[in-house]
Amino acid sequence: MTHDVTHHIPEPMLADYAAGRLGHAFSVATAAHVSLCDECRARLAAHEAAGGAVLETLPPEPVSDELMARVMARLDDPAAAPPEPPRPSGIYPGPVMAALGGRPPRWRSMGAGIRQAMLHAGPDGSLRLLYIPPGRAVPDHGHKGRELTLVLQGAFHDETGRFGVGDVEYADESLEHTPVADEGAPCICLAATDAPLRFRGLIPRALQPIFRI
Amino acid sequence: MSETGDALSEQTRLLIAVRDRRDRQAFAALFAHYAPRLKAMLRRGGMANAQAEEVVQEAMLAVWRKAAQFDPARASASAWIYRIARNRQIDMFRREGRPVPDELAEELAHDPDAADALALDQETRRLRDALGALPPAQREMIERAYLGELSHGEIAAVTGLPLGTIKSRIRLALTRLRHELKDLRRP
Repeated sequence: MTHDVTHHIPEPMLADYAAGRLGHAFSVATAAHVSLCDECRARLAAHEAAGGAVLETLPPEPVSDELMARVMARLDDPAAAPPEPPRPSGIYPGPVMAALGGRPPRWRSMGAGIRQAMLHAGPDGSLRLLYIPPGRAVPDHGHKGRELTLVLQGAFHDETGRFGVGDVEYADESLEHTPVADEGAPCICLAATDAPLRFRGLIPRALQPIFRI
Repeated sequence: MSETGDALSEQTRLLIAVRDRRDRQAFAALFAHYAPRLKAMLRRGGMANAQAEEVVQEAMLAVWRKAAQFDPARASASAWIYRIARNRQIDMFRREGRPVPDELAEELAHDPDAADALALDQETRRLRDALGALPPAQREMIERAYLGELSHGEIAAVTGLPLGTIKSRIRLALTRLRHELKDLRRP
């Protein structure tokens, strides 16, 4: 499926994904967006073309003699094949299904009808799904680091624009915004950050470690 | 074979032979060409010798297994193998594995447009020439970024490379493929 996507992955992030330099949380969000957006699929492929051009011009480094024989011997060994990546299911692209471990999200209430499901929390950042009822605002928040939010269902709008299915909003420390879910279907988003969020309302800061937000 | 634009690059032709005929000789030729280059790339990224060879082995096995997904209208052999190698590398070394975008089609039900493949091949050659023609300092930065030594956030915008034209080519091929897939799925 593709959608009328108007907000895309920032260029350096796409290039870092291609080069394998992007952390896990942002990588999931990037791969999920590319699943929904042919423009970024083509932009990513262009970066891979550049990576391929660099690879092609590198001075070769000899490999050990038996490496080719070892690979040729294993070509048709089905036991050696890694598992296939999960398929998309419902509103969730394959990379999100993988982060969910193939199971439905385990939502936790954050109050005011807003729910979240943590998918990953590590030193390089965190990844979660957010469920925002129609017309509801996500409390005003600023960012310590970078945040990438991908809409999977419904839509939201904030001071910078409107974001529908497939759109990503990229925010850094300079953006303080109040996303509000559109009327209609509840808004479900995938949110990747490389630092904890600082909420201004709703949950006191002292509780933030408990909610891991 | 002519290299002036009326034929696909040798590597892309080899990969098509692997895809369509499971041609082991063609695969051996691809291995001979790419294994030492992939090893050089991984070593430049800071990997030890034995580890680098292990990734090369897994990457080349993935090239064989996933060849059915190769579409020369959307990637040259070098671009596609670069992607496969990055995916395997991260799968092996990051606990969570590599998140990869959904494939458009598990196997191509059609013969990709030959003209699209040739056009992309030409652009790929132009890209390589442009890389070679850059001032050494700028070329070094771009190499380091795609070799994984530097983040793209750390360098100034990747300028001097005709990535826009390559992107437009691939975008066109994607649109065509989407139409074909839609026709296939129509009852």
